[in-house]
Amino acid sequence: MTDRYSFSLTTFSPSGKLGQIEHALQAVSNGVTSVGIKAANGIVIATEKKTVSTLVDSSSLEKVSTICPSIGMVYSGMGPDSRVLINKGRKSALAYRSVYKEDPPVAILVKEVAGVMQEFTQSGGVRPFGVSLLIAGYDQKGPALYQVDPSGSYFAWKATAIGKNMINANSFLEKRFNEEMELEDAVHTAILTLKEGFEGQITEDTIEIGIIGGSAAVSATGEPLPFAFKKLTPAEVKDYLANIA
Amino acid sequence: MSIMEYNGAAVVAMVGKNCVAIGADKRLGQQSLTVSTDFPKIFTMTDKTMIGLAGLATDVLTLRDQFRLKTKLYQLEENRVIEPQTFANMVSSTLYSKRFGPYFIEPVVAGLDKHDKPFICSMDTIGCINFAKDFVVAGTAGGNLYGMCESLWEPDLEPEDLFETVSQALLNAVDRNCLSGWGAVVHIITPDKVVTRSLKARMD
Repeated sequence: MTDRYSFSLTTFSPSGKLGQIEHALQAVSNGVTSVGIKAANGIVIATEKKTVSTLVDSSSLEKVSTICPSIGMVYSGMGPDSRVLINKGRKSALAYRSVYKEDPPVAILVKEVAGVMQEFTQSGGVRPFGVSLLIAGYDQKGPALYQVDPSGSYFAWKATAIGKNMINANSFLEKRFNEEMELEDAVHTAILTLKEGFEGQITEDTIEIGIIGGSAAVSATGEPLPFAFKKLTPAEVKDYLANIA
Repeated sequence: MSIMEYNGAAVVAMVGKNCVAIGADKRLGQQSLTVSTDFPKIFTMTDKTMIGLAGLATDVLTLRDQFRLKTKLYQLEENRVIEPQTFANMVSSTLYSKRFGPYFIEPVVAGLDKHDKPFICSMDTIGCINFAKDFVVAGTAGGNLYGMCESLWEPDLEPEDLFETVSQALLNAVDRNCLSGWGAVVHIITPDKVVTRSLKARMD
Protein backbone atom coordinates (compact mmCIF):
# COMPACT_ATOMS: atom_id res chain seq x y z
CA MET A 1 0.00 0.00 0.00
CA THR A 2 2.68 2.51 1.01
CA ASP A 3 4.76 1.42 -1.98
CA ARG A 4 2.17 2.94 -4.24
CA TYR A 5 3.34 6.45 -3.37
CA SER A 6 7.06 5.91 -3.49
CA PHE A 7 7.55 5.87 -7.25
CA SER A 8 5.60 8.66 -8.86
CA LEU A 9 7.30 11.79 -7.82
CA THR A 10 4.24 13.92 -8.31
CA THR A 11 1.80 11.86 -6.26
CA PHE A 12 1.09 12.96 -2.72
CA SER A 13 0.87 10.23 -0.12
CA PRO A 14 -2.25 10.30 2.09
CA SER A 15 -0.18 11.92 4.82
CA GLY A 16 0.54 14.83 2.49
CA LYS A 17 4.15 14.02 1.79
CA LEU A 18 6.03 13.66 -1.45
CA GLY A 19 8.15 10.60 -0.81
CA GLN A 20 10.81 11.28 -3.43
CA ILE A 21 11.63 14.67 -1.99
CA GLU A 22 12.19 13.15 1.42
CA HIS A 23 14.46 10.57 -0.18
CA ALA A 24 16.35 13.36 -1.93
CA LEU A 25 16.97 14.97 1.44
CA GLN A 26 18.32 11.61 2.57
CA ALA A 27 20.72 11.66 -0.37
CA VAL A 28 21.89 15.06 0.84
CA SER A 29 22.51 13.84 4.34
CA ASN A 30 24.60 11.00 2.89
CA GLY A 31 26.80 13.60 1.20
CA VAL A 32 29.82 15.11 2.86
CA THR A 33 29.43 18.12 5.12
CA SER A 34 29.47 21.67 3.81
CA VAL A 35 29.45 24.74 5.98
CA GLY A 36 28.74 28.41 5.43
CA ILE A 37 29.35 31.28 7.84
CA LYS A 38 28.43 34.92 7.42
CA ALA A 39 30.94 37.27 9.00
CA ALA A 40 30.54 40.99 9.66
CA ASN A 41 32.53 41.82 6.52
CA GLY A 42 32.13 38.78 4.30
CA ILE A 43 31.21 35.15 3.95
CA VAL A 44 33.00 31.84 3.88
CA ILE A 45 31.74 28.57 2.45
CA ALA A 46 33.71 25.37 2.88
CA THR A 47 33.36 21.67 2.28
CA GLU A 48 35.15 18.38 2.59
CA LYS A 49 36.63 16.91 -0.52
CA LYS A 50 36.32 13.19 -0.26
CA THR A 51 38.01 10.86 -2.71
CA VAL A 52 37.28 7.19 -3.17
CA SER A 53 40.93 6.33 -3.32
CA THR A 54 44.22 7.95 -2.48
CA LEU A 55 45.15 7.56 -6.14
CA VAL A 56 42.58 10.16 -7.26
CA ASP A 57 44.10 13.46 -8.33
CA SER A 58 42.16 15.64 -5.91
CA SER A 59 43.25 18.85 -7.59
CA SER A 60 40.83 18.01 -10.42
CA LEU A 61 37.85 17.95 -8.04
CA GLU A 62 35.94 21.16 -7.69
CA LYS A 63 33.14 21.45 -5.17
CA VAL A 64 33.16 25.16 -4.52
CA SER A 65 32.12 27.01 -7.69
CA THR A 66 31.96 30.61 -8.77
CA ILE A 67 28.53 31.48 -10.20
CA CYS A 68 29.31 35.09 -11.05
CA PRO A 69 31.97 37.46 -9.70
CA SER A 70 29.91 38.27 -6.60
CA ILE A 71 28.37 34.86 -5.87
CA GLY A 72 29.75 31.41 -5.06
CA MET A 73 28.16 28.06 -4.35
CA VAL A 74 28.94 24.79 -2.61
CA TYR A 75 26.87 21.61 -2.42
CA SER A 76 26.32 18.53 -0.33
CA GLY A 77 24.96 15.43 -1.99
CA MET A 78 25.31 14.12 -5.51
CA GLY A 79 28.09 15.77 -7.49
CA PRO A 80 26.64 15.27 -10.98
CA ASP A 81 23.32 16.81 -9.93
CA SER A 82 25.10 19.87 -8.62
CA ARG A 83 26.72 20.54 -11.97
CA VAL A 84 23.31 21.00 -13.57
CA LEU A 85 22.46 23.62 -10.96
CA ILE A 86 25.81 25.34 -11.30
CA ASN A 87 25.24 25.65 -15.04
CA LYS A 88 21.72 26.97 -14.56
CA GLY A 89 22.96 29.42 -11.94
CA ARG A 90 25.74 30.70 -14.15
CA LYS A 91 23.40 31.10 -17.11
CA SER A 92 20.85 32.90 -14.99
CA ALA A 93 23.48 35.29 -13.63
CA LEU A 94 24.67 35.93 -17.16
CA ALA A 95 21.14 36.58 -18.40
CA TYR A 96 20.64 39.08 -15.58
CA ARG A 97 23.93 40.75 -16.42
CA SER A 98 23.03 41.01 -20.09
CA VAL A 99 19.96 43.06 -19.17
CA TYR A 100 21.17 45.23 -16.28
CA LYS A 101 24.98 45.14 -16.76
CA GLU A 102 25.44 44.21 -13.11
CA ASP A 103 25.53 40.99 -11.09
CA PRO A 104 22.22 39.79 -9.69
CA PRO A 105 21.55 40.32 -5.98
CA VAL A 106 22.09 37.06 -4.10
CA ALA A 107 18.38 36.73 -3.32
CA ILE A 108 17.47 36.93 -7.01
CA LEU A 109 20.02 34.29 -8.02
CA VAL A 110 18.87 32.03 -5.21
CA LYS A 111 15.25 32.46 -6.31
CA GLU A 112 16.19 31.40 -9.85
CA VAL A 113 18.12 28.31 -8.76
CA ALA A 114 15.43 27.36 -6.25
CA GLY A 115 12.89 27.74 -9.05
CA VAL A 116 14.77 25.17 -11.12
CA MET A 117 14.85 22.77 -8.17
CA GLN A 118 11.12 23.23 -7.61
CA GLU A 119 10.37 22.46 -11.26
CA PHE A 120 12.12 19.14 -10.81
CA THR A 121 9.63 18.21 -8.09
CA GLN A 122 6.58 18.83 -10.26
CA SER A 123 7.56 17.79 -13.78
CA GLY A 124 7.09 14.43 -15.40
CA GLY A 125 9.99 12.13 -16.17
CA VAL A 126 12.44 13.76 -13.83
CA ARG A 127 13.57 13.26 -10.25
CA PRO A 128 14.42 15.88 -7.66
CA PHE A 129 18.01 17.00 -7.26
CA GLY A 130 20.00 15.00 -4.73
CA VAL A 131 21.74 18.09 -3.47
CA SER A 132 21.37 20.93 -1.04
CA LEU A 133 23.23 24.11 -1.88
CA LEU A 134 24.89 26.84 0.10
CA ILE A 135 24.92 30.01 -1.96
CA ALA A 136 27.06 32.87 -0.67
CA GLY A 137 27.42 36.30 -2.15
CA TYR A 138 27.93 39.96 -1.56
CA ASP A 139 25.50 42.54 -2.89
CA GLN A 140 24.37 46.06 -2.06
CA LYS A 141 22.78 44.85 1.15
CA GLY A 142 26.06 43.25 2.25
CA PRO A 143 26.97 39.58 2.64
CA ALA A 144 24.23 36.97 2.26
CA LEU A 145 24.16 33.21 2.82
CA TYR A 146 21.36 30.96 1.57
CA GLN A 147 20.63 27.26 1.77
CA VAL A 148 18.55 25.70 -1.01
CA ASP A 149 16.98 22.26 -0.58
CA PRO A 150 15.84 19.69 -3.17
CA SER A 151 12.22 20.75 -2.65
CA GLY A 152 13.12 24.23 -3.88
CA SER A 153 12.66 25.89 -0.52
CA TYR A 154 15.39 28.23 0.58
CA PHE A 155 16.50 29.90 3.80
CA ALA A 156 18.85 32.73 4.67
CA TRP A 157 21.34 31.89 7.42
CA LYS A 158 23.94 33.60 9.54
CA ALA A 159 25.73 30.25 9.66
CA THR A 160 24.71 26.75 8.77
CA ALA A 161 25.90 23.32 7.74
CA ILE A 162 24.45 20.73 5.38
CA GLY A 163 25.28 17.11 4.67
CA LYS A 164 26.31 14.10 6.71
CA ASN A 165 27.42 15.83 9.86
CA MET A 166 24.97 18.73 9.78
CA ILE A 167 23.38 18.17 13.19
CA ASN A 168 26.67 18.18 15.08
CA ALA A 169 28.07 20.93 12.89
CA ASN A 170 25.04 23.13 13.45
CA SER A 171 25.18 22.77 17.21
CA PHE A 172 28.91 23.52 17.03
CA LEU A 173 28.14 26.65 15.01
CA GLU A 174 25.46 27.72 17.47
CA LYS A 175 28.13 27.73 20.16
CA ARG A 176 30.90 29.37 18.15
CA PHE A 177 29.08 31.91 16.02
CA ASN A 178 28.82 35.56 16.91
CA GLU A 179 27.76 38.44 14.69
CA GLU A 180 30.86 40.57 15.14
CA MET A 181 33.08 37.82 13.78
CA GLU A 182 35.45 38.98 11.04
CA LEU A 183 36.05 37.02 7.85
CA GLU A 184 39.38 35.60 9.06
CA ASP A 185 37.73 34.23 12.22
CA ALA A 186 34.87 32.87 10.14
CA VAL A 187 37.30 30.90 7.97
CA HIS A 188 38.86 29.43 11.12
CA THR A 189 35.45 28.57 12.53
CA ALA A 190 34.45 26.96 9.24
CA ILE A 191 37.54 24.75 9.31
CA LEU A 192 36.95 23.84 12.95
CA THR A 193 33.34 22.96 12.12
CA LEU A 194 34.47 20.63 9.36
CA LYS A 195 37.00 19.15 11.73
CA GLU A 196 34.14 17.95 13.94
CA GLY A 197 33.46 14.48 12.64
CA PHE A 198 36.02 14.69 9.87
CA GLU A 199 37.11 11.22 8.82
CA GLY A 200 40.84 11.16 8.30
CA GLN A 201 43.28 14.00 8.20
CA ILE A 202 42.33 17.59 7.29
CA THR A 203 44.80 18.86 4.74
CA GLU A 204 44.77 21.50 2.03
CA ASP A 205 43.87 18.72 -0.39
CA THR A 206 40.88 17.39 1.54
CA ILE A 207 38.94 20.59 2.08
CA GLU A 208 37.86 23.38 -0.20
CA ILE A 209 37.12 26.97 0.86
CA GLY A 210 35.56 29.93 -0.92
CA ILE A 211 35.36 33.46 0.46
CA ILE A 212 33.91 36.80 -0.49
CA GLY A 213 34.46 40.10 1.31
CA GLY A 214 37.21 41.16 3.66
CA SER A 215 38.93 44.46 3.16
CA ALA A 216 37.66 46.27 0.08
CA ALA A 217 39.94 46.59 -2.91
CA VAL A 218 40.25 50.14 -4.18
CA SER A 219 40.42 51.25 -7.81
CA ALA A 220 43.04 53.64 -9.17
CA THR A 221 40.67 56.56 -8.59
CA GLY A 222 40.06 55.56 -4.96
CA GLU A 223 36.57 54.11 -5.49
CA PRO A 224 35.91 50.86 -3.63
CA LEU A 225 35.69 47.96 -6.07
CA PRO A 226 32.90 45.42 -5.73
CA PHE A 227 33.84 42.30 -3.79
CA ALA A 228 34.70 39.24 -5.83
CA PHE A 229 34.10 35.63 -4.82
CA LYS A 230 37.37 33.80 -4.54
CA LYS A 231 38.35 30.19 -4.00
CA LEU A 232 41.28 29.77 -1.65
CA THR A 233 44.25 28.05 -3.23
CA PRO A 234 45.66 24.94 -1.51
CA ALA A 235 48.58 27.10 -0.36
CA GLU A 236 46.21 29.60 1.29
CA VAL A 237 44.22 26.80 2.91
CA LYS A 238 47.46 25.36 4.21
CA ASP A 239 48.25 28.69 5.92
CA TYR A 240 44.88 28.70 7.65
CA LEU A 241 45.36 25.09 8.75
CA ALA A 242 48.79 25.91 10.11
CA ASN A 243 47.29 28.73 12.18
CA ILE A 244 44.75 26.41 13.71
CA ALA A 245 47.04 23.55 14.64
CA MET B 1 11.05 60.81 -45.58
CA SER B 2 12.74 59.37 -42.52
CA ILE B 3 10.47 57.60 -40.08
CA MET B 4 12.38 59.32 -37.29
CA GLU B 5 10.98 62.61 -38.57
CA TYR B 6 7.39 61.51 -39.09
CA ASN B 7 5.94 62.78 -35.79
CA GLY B 8 8.61 65.23 -34.64
CA ALA B 9 10.14 65.66 -31.21
CA ALA B 10 12.66 67.59 -29.15
CA VAL B 11 13.99 66.09 -25.91
CA VAL B 12 16.82 67.38 -23.74
CA ALA B 13 18.30 66.52 -20.35
CA MET B 14 20.86 68.46 -18.31
CA VAL B 15 22.89 67.97 -15.16
CA GLY B 16 22.88 70.61 -12.43
CA LYS B 17 24.19 70.75 -8.88
CA ASN B 18 22.53 67.80 -7.09
CA CYS B 19 19.72 67.96 -9.62
CA VAL B 20 18.85 67.02 -13.17
CA ALA B 21 16.42 68.48 -15.66
CA ILE B 22 14.61 66.80 -18.52
CA GLY B 23 12.42 68.63 -21.01
CA ALA B 24 10.51 67.98 -24.21
CA ASP B 25 8.20 69.67 -26.65
CA LYS B 26 4.50 68.75 -26.82
CA ARG B 27 3.86 68.45 -30.54
CA LEU B 28 2.51 65.37 -32.28
CA GLY B 29 2.46 65.71 -36.05
CA GLN B 30 2.11 63.74 -39.23
CA GLN B 31 4.89 65.30 -41.22
CA SER B 32 3.95 69.00 -41.56
CA LEU B 33 0.41 68.54 -40.22
CA THR B 34 0.11 69.12 -36.48
CA VAL B 35 -2.27 66.61 -34.90
CA SER B 36 -1.89 67.39 -31.21
CA THR B 37 -0.23 70.02 -29.09
CA ASP B 38 -0.42 68.01 -25.89
CA PHE B 39 1.48 64.81 -26.57
CA PRO B 40 3.65 63.74 -23.62
CA LYS B 41 7.12 62.37 -24.40
CA ILE B 42 8.57 62.28 -20.90
CA PHE B 43 7.51 59.57 -18.47
CA THR B 44 8.10 58.99 -14.78
CA MET B 45 9.68 55.60 -14.12
CA THR B 46 10.55 55.93 -10.42
CA ASP B 47 10.43 58.81 -7.93
CA LYS B 48 13.79 60.00 -9.19
CA THR B 49 14.10 58.59 -12.70
CA MET B 50 12.44 59.81 -15.90
CA ILE B 51 12.71 58.82 -19.51
CA GLY B 52 12.10 60.95 -22.58
CA LEU B 53 11.25 59.18 -25.81
CA ALA B 54 11.85 60.97 -29.10
CA GLY B 55 10.94 59.37 -32.40
CA LEU B 56 7.97 57.50 -33.83
CA ALA B 57 4.90 58.19 -31.64
CA THR B 58 3.51 54.65 -31.82
CA ASP B 59 6.80 53.33 -30.46
CA VAL B 60 6.79 56.03 -27.78
CA LEU B 61 3.55 54.57 -26.44
CA THR B 62 4.70 50.96 -26.78
CA LEU B 63 8.01 51.54 -25.03
CA ARG B 64 6.44 53.71 -22.33
CA ASP B 65 4.19 50.79 -21.40
CA GLN B 66 7.01 48.28 -21.67
CA PHE B 67 9.41 50.24 -19.48
CA ARG B 68 6.71 50.93 -16.93
CA LEU B 69 5.96 47.21 -16.74
CA LYS B 70 9.63 46.32 -16.44
CA THR B 71 10.41 48.85 -13.70
CA LYS B 72 7.37 47.81 -11.70
CA LEU B 73 8.26 44.12 -12.01
CA TYR B 74 11.83 44.95 -10.99
CA GLN B 75 10.54 46.70 -7.90
CA LEU B 76 8.33 43.75 -6.95
CA GLU B 77 10.97 41.11 -7.68
CA GLU B 78 13.91 42.82 -6.05
CA ASN B 79 12.22 44.90 -3.36
CA ARG B 80 14.14 48.00 -4.35
CA VAL B 81 13.77 50.95 -6.65
CA ILE B 82 15.71 50.69 -9.90
CA GLU B 83 18.68 53.05 -10.16
CA PRO B 84 18.76 55.37 -13.19
CA GLN B 85 22.04 53.77 -14.34
CA THR B 86 20.53 50.28 -14.11
CA PHE B 87 17.34 51.48 -15.74
CA ALA B 88 19.35 52.90 -18.65
CA ASN B 89 21.09 49.55 -19.11
CA MET B 90 17.71 47.85 -19.13
CA VAL B 91 16.43 50.30 -21.76
CA SER B 92 19.58 49.71 -23.78
CA SER B 93 19.23 45.92 -23.78
CA THR B 94 15.52 46.21 -24.57
CA LEU B 95 16.32 48.27 -27.66
CA TYR B 96 19.20 46.04 -28.72
CA SER B 97 16.95 42.98 -28.46
CA LYS B 98 15.25 44.46 -31.53
CA ARG B 99 18.56 45.06 -33.29
CA PHE B 100 17.37 44.02 -36.75
CA GLY B 101 13.92 45.59 -36.63
CA PRO B 102 14.37 48.39 -34.17
CA TYR B 103 11.94 50.65 -32.37
CA PHE B 104 12.30 54.07 -33.98
CA ILE B 105 13.06 55.77 -30.68
CA GLU B 106 15.96 57.71 -29.28
CA PRO B 107 15.55 57.66 -25.50
CA VAL B 108 16.92 60.12 -22.98
CA VAL B 109 17.22 58.99 -19.34
CA ALA B 110 17.61 61.42 -16.45
CA GLY B 111 17.57 60.78 -12.73
CA LEU B 112 19.25 60.90 -9.35
CA ASP B 113 20.81 57.70 -8.01
CA LYS B 114 20.55 56.47 -4.43
CA HIS B 115 23.26 58.90 -3.34
CA ASP B 116 21.36 61.67 -5.15
CA LYS B 117 24.12 61.86 -7.73
CA PRO B 118 22.85 63.14 -11.08
CA PHE B 119 22.73 60.72 -14.00
CA ILE B 120 21.81 61.44 -17.61
CA CYS B 121 22.32 59.56 -20.84
CA SER B 122 20.91 59.26 -24.32
CA MET B 123 20.77 56.36 -26.74
CA ASP B 124 20.40 55.65 -30.41
CA THR B 125 17.61 53.45 -31.76
CA ILE B 126 19.47 50.22 -31.04
CA GLY B 127 20.49 51.13 -27.50
CA CYS B 128 24.05 52.39 -27.82
CA ILE B 129 24.39 54.54 -24.68
CA ASN B 130 25.91 58.01 -24.68
CA PHE B 131 26.86 58.87 -21.09
CA ALA B 132 27.31 62.60 -20.58
CA LYS B 133 28.40 64.80 -17.70
CA ASP B 134 26.65 67.90 -19.04
CA PHE B 135 23.66 67.45 -21.37
CA VAL B 136 22.07 65.06 -23.84
CA VAL B 137 19.57 65.71 -26.63
CA ALA B 138 17.30 63.76 -28.98
CA GLY B 139 14.68 64.32 -31.65
CA THR B 140 14.22 66.30 -34.83
CA ALA B 141 15.49 69.43 -33.07
CA GLY B 142 18.52 67.56 -31.75
CA GLY B 143 21.04 69.57 -33.76
CA ASN B 144 19.51 72.85 -32.67
CA LEU B 145 19.43 71.64 -29.05
CA TYR B 146 23.13 70.81 -29.18
CA GLY B 147 23.84 74.32 -30.35
CA MET B 148 21.74 75.92 -27.60
CA CYS B 149 23.09 73.64 -24.85
CA GLU B 150 26.69 74.21 -25.93
CA SER B 151 26.28 77.94 -25.46
CA LEU B 152 23.95 78.06 -22.41
CA TRP B 153 25.02 75.19 -20.15
CA GLU B 154 27.50 75.68 -17.35
CA PRO B 155 28.51 73.39 -14.50
CA ASP B 156 26.84 73.30 -11.04
CA LEU B 157 23.62 75.12 -11.87
CA GLU B 158 21.13 75.32 -8.99
CA PRO B 159 17.65 73.90 -9.71
CA GLU B 160 16.09 77.28 -10.59
CA ASP B 161 18.97 78.28 -12.88
CA LEU B 162 18.98 74.85 -14.44
CA PHE B 163 15.27 75.20 -15.19
CA GLU B 164 15.91 78.53 -16.91
CA THR B 165 18.80 77.10 -18.93
CA VAL B 166 16.89 74.03 -20.11
CA SER B 167 13.80 76.07 -20.92
CA GLN B 168 15.69 78.63 -22.98
CA ALA B 169 17.64 75.93 -24.80
CA LEU B 170 14.47 74.01 -25.58
CA LEU B 171 12.31 76.96 -26.65
CA ASN B 172 14.94 78.49 -28.88
CA ALA B 173 15.81 75.13 -30.44
CA VAL B 174 12.22 74.25 -31.36
CA ASP B 175 11.58 77.71 -32.80
CA ARG B 176 14.01 76.83 -35.57
CA ASN B 177 12.55 73.34 -36.14
CA CYS B 178 9.14 73.05 -37.78
CA LEU B 179 8.54 69.45 -36.68
CA SER B 180 8.75 70.15 -32.96
CA GLY B 181 7.55 72.81 -30.56
CA TRP B 182 3.94 73.91 -29.96
CA GLY B 183 4.42 73.98 -26.21
CA ALA B 184 7.01 72.36 -23.95
CA VAL B 185 7.31 70.76 -20.53
CA VAL B 186 10.32 70.71 -18.18
CA HIS B 187 10.87 68.52 -15.12
CA ILE B 188 13.49 69.33 -12.50
CA ILE B 189 14.42 66.34 -10.32
CA THR B 190 15.95 67.29 -6.96
CA PRO B 191 16.66 65.02 -3.96
CA ASP B 192 13.38 65.90 -2.24
CA LYS B 193 10.98 66.79 -5.04
CA VAL B 194 10.23 66.86 -8.73
CA VAL B 195 9.06 70.18 -10.13
CA THR B 196 7.14 70.03 -13.40
CA ARG B 197 6.46 73.19 -15.38
CA SER B 198 4.63 73.68 -18.66
CA LEU B 199 6.23 76.31 -20.86
CA LYS B 200 4.29 78.80 -22.95
CA ALA B 201 5.73 78.63 -26.43
CA ARG B 202 5.11 79.97 -29.94
CA MET B 203 2.16 78.08 -31.41
CA ASP B 204 3.09 78.44 -35.04
